[in-house]
Amino acid sequence: MTATPNSPTGRAPQVGLFVTCLVDMFRPSVGFATVKLLEMAGCRVEVPDTQTCCGQPTYNSGDRRSTAEIARGVIDSFDGYEYVVGPSGSCIGMLHEYPQLFDKTDPYHSRALDLAARAFEITSFLTDVIGADLSLESYSKKVTYHDSCAGLRELGIKKQPRHLLGKVDGVEIEEMEEAETCCGFGGTFCIKYPDISNRMVGNKTKNATATKADVLLGGDLGCLLNMAGKLKREGEKLEVRHVVEVLAGMTDTPAIGQSVEEFNYELAQEA
Amino acid sequence: MEIKTPEFKASSRIALEDVSLQKALGNLRDGFPQKRAAAVARMPEFETLRDQARDLKNHTIEHLDYYLEQFETNVTKHGGQVHWARDGQQAREAILKICQSADAKTVTKGKSMVSEEIALNDYLEENGVQPVETDLGEYILQLREDHPSHIIAPAIHLNLDDVSDIFSKKHGTERTDDPAALMQEAREMLRKQFVGADVGITGANFCVAETGSTIIVTNEGNGDLTQTLPKVHVVITTIDKVVPTLEDMTLYLRLLARSATGQEFTVYNTLSTGPRREEDQDGPDEFHVVLLDNGRSEMVGTDFQDMLRCIRCSACMNHCPVYGSVGGHAYGWVYPGPMGSVLTPKLIGIDKAGHLPNASTFCGTCESVCPVRIPLPKMMRHWREREFEKHLSPTGFRFGLGVWSQFARRPKLYRWLAKLSSLSLKTLSGKKGRLKSLPLKNGWTAWRDLPAPQGGTFMDQWKKEQGNKQHKGGQQ
Amino acid sequence: MSQNARDQILGNIRRGLGRGELSQQAQTQLRERIGQHPRHTIPARGQLDAEGQVALFRSMAEEAAAELIDIDSLEKLPIAVADFLQQNQLKQLLRGSDAALEALDWGPLEGIKVESRPVQAGDPISLTLSFAGIAETGTLMLHSGPNSPTTMNFLTDIHLVALRQSQIVGFYEQAWQQLRETVGENWPRTVNMITGPSRSADIEQRLQMGAHGPKRLVIFMIND
Repeated sequence: MTATPNSPTGRAPQVGLFVTCLVDMFRPSVGFATVKLLEMAGCRVEVPDTQTCCGQPTYNSGDRRSTAEIARGVIDSFDGYEYVVGPSGSCIGMLHEYPQLFDKTDPYHSRALDLAARAFEITSFLTDVIGADLSLESYSKKVTYHDSCAGLRELGIKKQPRHLLGKVDGVEIEEMEEAETCCGFGGTFCIKYPDISNRMVGNKTKNATATKADVLLGGDLGCLLNMAGKLKREGEKLEVRHVVEVLAGMTDTPAIGQSVEEFNYELAQEA
Repeated sequence: MEIKTPEFKASSRIALEDVSLQKALGNLRDGFPQKRAAAVARMPEFETLRDQARDLKNHTIEHLDYYLEQFETNVTKHGGQVHWARDGQQAREAILKICQSADAKTVTKGKSMVSEEIALNDYLEENGVQPVETDLGEYILQLREDHPSHIIAPAIHLNLDDVSDIFSKKHGTERTDDPAALMQEAREMLRKQFVGADVGITGANFCVAETGSTIIVTNEGNGDLTQTLPKVHVVITTIDKVVPTLEDMTLYLRLLARSATGQEFTVYNTLSTGPRREEDQDGPDEFHVVLLDNGRSEMVGTDFQDMLRCIRCSACMNHCPVYGSVGGHAYGWVYPGPMGSVLTPKLIGIDKAGHLPNASTFCGTCESVCPVRIPLPKMMRHWREREFEKHLSPTGFRFGLGVWSQFARRPKLYRWLAKLSSLSLKTLSGKKGRLKSLPLKNGWTAWRDLPAPQGGTFMDQWKKEQGNKQHKGGQQ
Repeated sequence: MSQNARDQILGNIRRGLGRGELSQQAQTQLRERIGQHPRHTIPARGQLDAEGQVALFRSMAEEAAAELIDIDSLEKLPIAVADFLQQNQLKQLLRGSDAALEALDWGPLEGIKVESRPVQAGDPISLTLSFAGIAETGTLMLHSGPNSPTTMNFLTDIHLVALRQSQIVGFYEQAWQQLRETVGENWPRTVNMITGPSRSADIEQRLQMGAHGPKRLVIFMIND
């Protein structure tokens, strides 16, 4: 199963996993799926235990000083890793913002540039950096894909997850209308302007369910929690998962917002 | 126009529930973005042109003093006159003075957002000069005593019914639901006004330094009649509209219509240079350009300088999911959507406009379609930084953020907090996999469930797993 | 006040840019740039051969809802116009008084009231020459002058324009250059770039033709 590593050193690329707070707190299985994919691609994965959050909550709230402090911590935590990889376009996109936080004379400025050059979102890393020819487990479901904003527009992630899903036997991708339109999560936005956020996620779930897909996939847990929460409130059956769960063949846990009971019921139905 | 920006939250809530408005916004969302995409697809050079447009605006702003002086010199050379205005008051006074010296009773007006910015119509009316809006959308709004909700499609918030109602009421004609008939009605009504007006006021899409020309871009031809028939043509524009040469203007014209309406080119692109020449048979006897600053010169050299590149195409709002949800009026002042969320705080103060730069998910669509590549989300973030520095953000929010950021800087505490949060939410959700409500009043659970955590944090589980592996490794 | 405002605005800009007035040398460079007015990227579609440009102009103009009528030579213009007036049951015409138009034999328009003057409300139809046709978007360039009042381009219901194929250029910048060369220092009050007839989508985003300007734009394309 292990692919040929594509490391400049010829050795297994050493990857520091950037877990992201939402994965840490809400859905550890996404973290383990990411590790599994990285190991399948021939990487050695470590998880620095000094990591916390990328700092977006303070950054997007206008608190630059605290953000810079948080950024220093992240830069220190991931010092020395050949690559830094995370299951989120949004958080990895934030790592790419770090150089702007420091004065050019601050040593952290050049270290931030260095970090940004090493930091990749998982589907982009597997496709664009490692170019791993993974053999993935089959998954016989119809899926639709939500392109999360930061990944799409800051990191250019569009084809990569679809390319990888193309390697999964049985997956049928049915694109939804406005796949690239924001789901209305927006970090603190969904708390500050909940009714606008609600309209946006309502548009999104309408487009997603219209595809008659079984599963809605995406690459950012914030968006996925938002969409899953809305779908559940609307009583929709459409499952929501992070794309790495499917790619790593780790769909043996309830989908986002799904209870164990519902999950087992669905399994029984399929059988 | 009255500033209602502080009421953004309440206004947006009303807008979201306004069935008629939502129908109208549907027309916008289904129209402009697709048309733009099709036009861009037909122009392979589009992305290159965007780069050049960004760079040329940067060049122009870096030498704005020079190009403004050149523009003035050339307006004067062709017999026109430039009036510099620091603020709205000075601009209004300058225009009124021109109207009074022409002994004007009525003035016709082409569509101008700058005129809205300085609330020109109210001022003229108060001083005995009747302004008549001639752009179809603006005309409808004037009859309704309404304001534009969009910078190029001012009446986008209205439906056919609204127009039918107001026309039959104000024109005293039989009510019709035929858009073509309605337009014919407006055409006939306005024809008399065009011919009878003493002064014509238009905006300008660009001011060309090379020739001292202003250009307006319209589909209806109303701007042309406005500036050709009366004795006096007044252009109200701002200092950021200047471009060096006709070739430079052309670069922007290639981008403007495609970005705005998705047209290959707008029907009428009209360059005006000075008043009628002696031997001309028609055209105005006087040509005035009122060059308004209104805070723009203070944006030079700041975090907001890039905003001066804006060519007012409206692509940002046409593609904005927030604008598409609440419409332009919710923004509470003249310039809605992402460009307004950056510009409005500068023009009316961040203390009043604080909501605007916050009401964005930073989805980045605006920047991705901006013909001059203005980093709109980045500048909205700069406004949030100003608010944070000035302690303008809500106290509770600041406090929460402060506590959180303390945790985020202390990994061990953070681990503990993550564990605790995960455990509490998991416990609250029971076996349901999600929460229908949270203990504190919460915007999330008003409309959405909150998916429950799987249980345990990744960091804990990882540590445990690594410990196990090492343990096993040790035994081998 | 205005002078004061001018100084304040320019002062603010210079302060923002962190400099005083530009040096003479810098000003000279900018003046030279204006003089050279360099072109930006020209779309490939504007750089076809002459035949391609005519074809492109035709298709783009028609896409913009302009009507095209082909004629063999300028001399045939009066008869073509007469046919058009007859078909549309029109008994009067306003036309430009440019030398090229004056030189034509307007005999075919016998019985039609032909005048050369600015348009007044109610005048149904006008005929003007065009300065250039621009292929990239099917755009006409016209400019004001003693023989072509601007109202002729806007105030009638139907605007007829005569355009020689040899006047068609590929892209806008070529038209600007020709205009500079033609008018020299006598820059016209108005330059109109016109692409199709007047329209508006201000009511429910539904496109309606004929807002305030001409409802029909008819181009007589002269094969020269």
